Amino acid sequence: MGYENDDSEQAHNDELPEEMETVVLDEPSTATISEALSSDSPSRVMSSRIPNSFNSFLQTPSSAEAVFRSFDGDHSHDGELNGHNSSGETSTSSALSTTEYLRISVSDPQKEQDFANSLVPGGNTYYTYLVTTRTNIPQFGGFEFSVRRRFREFVTLSDRLLEAYRGFFVPVRPDKSMVEGQVMQKQGFLEQRRVELEKYLSRLAAHPLIKRSDELRLFLQVEWKFPLVQTRDVASRMFDGAVKLPQQLFRETAGALDPKEASQPARVGSDLLRIFKELRQSVANAWGKKPAVVEEDEEFLDKKKKVLYLEQQLSNVSVQAESLVKAQQDMGETMGELGMAFVKLTNLETKEATYEFQIARAADMKYVATAAVKASRLYRELNGQTIKYLAKLHEYLELMLAINNAFLDRSNALLTLQTLLSELSSLSSRIEKLEAASLKVFGGDRSKIRKIEELKGAITVTEGAKDCAFKEYEQIKENNKSELERLDKEKHNDFLGMLKGLIVNQVLFSSLAVTCFMNF
Amino acid sequence: MENTEQPRSISGSMQSPRSPPSSQPYLSVSVSDPVKLGNGVQSYISYRVITKTNFPEYQGPEKIVIRRYSDFVWLRDRLSEKYKGIFIPPLPEKSAVEKFRFSAEFIEMRRAALDIFVNRIALHPELQQSEDLRTFLQADEETMERFRFQETGIFMKKPADLMQMFRDVQSKVSDAVLGKEKPVEETTPEYEKLKHYVFELENHLSEAQKHAYRLVKRHRELGQSLLDFGKAVKLLGACEGEPTGKAFSDLGTKSELLSIKLQKEAQQVLMNFEEPLKDYVRYVQSIKATIAERGTAFKQHCELAETTKLKEINLDKLMLTRSDKVGEAEIEYREIKAESEEATRRFERIVKRMNEEIVRFQEQKTEEMGVAFHQFAKGQARLANGIADAWRALLPKLEASSSV
Repeated sequence: MGYENDDSEQAHNDELPEEMETVVLDEPSTATISEALSSDSPSRVMSSRIPNSFNSFLQTPSSAEAVFRSFDGDHSHDGELNGHNSSGETSTSSALSTTEYLRISVSDPQKEQDFANSLVPGGNTYYTYLVTTRTNIPQFGGFEFSVRRRFREFVTLSDRLLEAYRGFFVPVRPDKSMVEGQVMQKQGFLEQRRVELEKYLSRLAAHPLIKRSDELRLFLQVEWKFPLVQTRDVASRMFDGAVKLPQQLFRETAGALDPKEASQPARVGSDLLRIFKELRQSVANAWGKKPAVVEEDEEFLDKKKKVLYLEQQLSNVSVQAESLVKAQQDMGETMGELGMAFVKLTNLETKEATYEFQIARAADMKYVATAAVKASRLYRELNGQTIKYLAKLHEYLELMLAINNAFLDRSNALLTLQTLLSELSSLSSRIEKLEAASLKVFGGDRSKIRKIEELKGAITVTEGAKDCAFKEYEQIKENNKSELERLDKEKHNDFLGMLKGLIVNQVLFSSLAVTCFMNF
Repeated sequence: MENTEQPRSISGSMQSPRSPPSSQPYLSVSVSDPVKLGNGVQSYISYRVITKTNFPEYQGPEKIVIRRYSDFVWLRDRLSEKYKGIFIPPLPEKSAVEKFRFSAEFIEMRRAALDIFVNRIALHPELQQSEDLRTFLQADEETMERFRFQETGIFMKKPADLMQMFRDVQSKVSDAVLGKEKPVEETTPEYEKLKHYVFELENHLSEAQKHAYRLVKRHRELGQSLLDFGKAVKLLGACEGEPTGKAFSDLGTKSELLSIKLQKEAQQVLMNFEEPLKDYVRYVQSIKATIAERGTAFKQHCELAETTKLKEINLDKLMLTRSDKVGEAEIEYREIKAESEEATRRFERIVKRMNEEIVRFQEQKTEEMGVAFHQFAKGQARLANGIADAWRALLPKLEASSSV
């Protein structure tokens, strides 16, 4: 066990002069990388858990890059994903025997022209991206397919998902940046956007429910343009349940709607439409002020506080991690520069040697030079790996945004419910007043009676809306709950994985650094 | 006296020099106990200088005096003047930056460098005999102050020096008049090679030293960010349940521990690697000064030889014409000839000394730098090993947690 240079290094160890402290040499374990990973402690359990790819590395020469890459081999499942880990595979430790996969890549930005909607002759130019999917999920009815999508369509997808999956931690899409035509052509921008879009789709694919959603499937598979819906006002988002109500009333269709319909706004009778419009308005007004929502669920409030704290700490750790990476980078750079300076010195001493002493000194300098340059390379590798593992932190920070949205969904649903309840009670009291007033007139007041009928109709509709809103609220609460549970579990695994990766990385790096400087 | 191995005093804990067996002649010195004296702008650091010796010229076996940086400068200047050709050991720089001047680190670095400075002089076969050294090591503080003030200004130059300066100007004028523009320089191939080597060496060493200093800073910065990172990670762990919480908290603690290791190593790299490199640079600069001296001496030797020849020709001419100026001319000729011979002797002494010095210097430097490099490599290896151990210790628990 060990690597090619092992023998020569052992020989070197023996030659060290007496007065040198053998603090490092006393433990033969640090002389070989294999033992670098396994500690001297009795628990040998760990070495058996080292991934196979790492064990195979032990046989190969110790080039710093080979070391790090072979260890990494266990983590990046698919090169196309640029080392990104959320490939939609079920990654819990209790591995399923059949893994379903959904791998999405975004590539090949191309310029296209839009003649239809442009004011400028020659058309607007925009960029499209090739979205390629590979999957074995049966709903897709295929293994591999691609479509071209422009950024606008991603926005639509995101909006649709947010509407359809309220209360869930729906991954947040990349920002629209206000860039004009010129800037968009810059290579950097296109590439950055491509990467962000790919990450976004991968995160969608990793969500257990969204990966099976119609919205995503349509987006990934269907060739026609993903239609741009007029941005519905915020309040109308909250009436999804209520919008279905009239259809249910008129057509009594339950269950999945025709896909084409999913992308069209619903049609309702004009009266109901008017009533709905008024309801929307009152909710929007309620939202306009500070929501007086009193969330009574203690457990939820407690979880919410925890999530908030988590967000703060993640943010903090992320900042510190960044400066740690920078410090490591600087160290590596300076080490390299020092090494190069010593190389120059070595050359000078060897070239212009007129005394024997110079040759001895040149040998010493050369040693320091080589060690420093090697160490510098190690630092670079270390950082590359560290950044990859720290990426998990950023994933979770982005997740925080999705979580905030989910919590907002909940408080909005509650507000809607409460608004509808107060609407109902105000309608009831108006009816009471009218009834009382009409009793005073003999035979009834025809206009008042008509009004009362109208109001009773409104109550029916509002009751229906309230029922939907109530169902919606309960559903969202459920969604919140199940998502929080999922978060806890995944967080546990993800964080441990991240920690392990970071630590093993550091151990590897330091052990290699020891051998760099050791054989003086 | 036979101590060729000069240990670098890492801390000021070495209060007094070792006393080797009294049968051998010895002279050893220690510089310690830096103390801030004076007020405000005029404040300065004074050092305790303890001498232990059995040299007969000295007043006794042990002597303690108080000296300040400018006293050391005085000693260096006097030696440079009297012992041309010898590489006078270098002094640490005067620091221009005010606020840095009294930082503990700067004071310690200076003290260590001054200690080495004096001891190198004390160990040098010629320099150790210097009267100025004796003054420096033994004179009371008022006497020392007087000597120090005398060393300033042109007024204190000895008459012979003034004459020499005058003659230099003279010869320059006559050169110009006679149209002699050729540069007067030694151009033997070995000397050329040496000069080139020395200049290149200074360049490369300065660069290496600069990077070494930056490396010290990097160690400190890395230590600081590990500390901050550790704290942040601990806070994160506080809001996580078991076992992740504990894992984060352990990671945080380890980070803080490693931060301390890094700060320590930074200090080691500074004192045992960067400072020796800086010392090396200063030494090479001292050699450059000697090269300049040699150049001056060579020029004087050449010019006086020229002038002597001219005077001789002139004298012969006058003797042929039986002029009454012969007597005067003869005296002049003899004077010039004596000076020329003196200049030649001076030059040759410098050359001889330099040759010896180079060998001595190379030997000493190879050893000192060898030690410095060893220490650096060892320090880095030890640091890396400590880091590896610290991280490795976290793994078993982490493994256990993830199998839960």
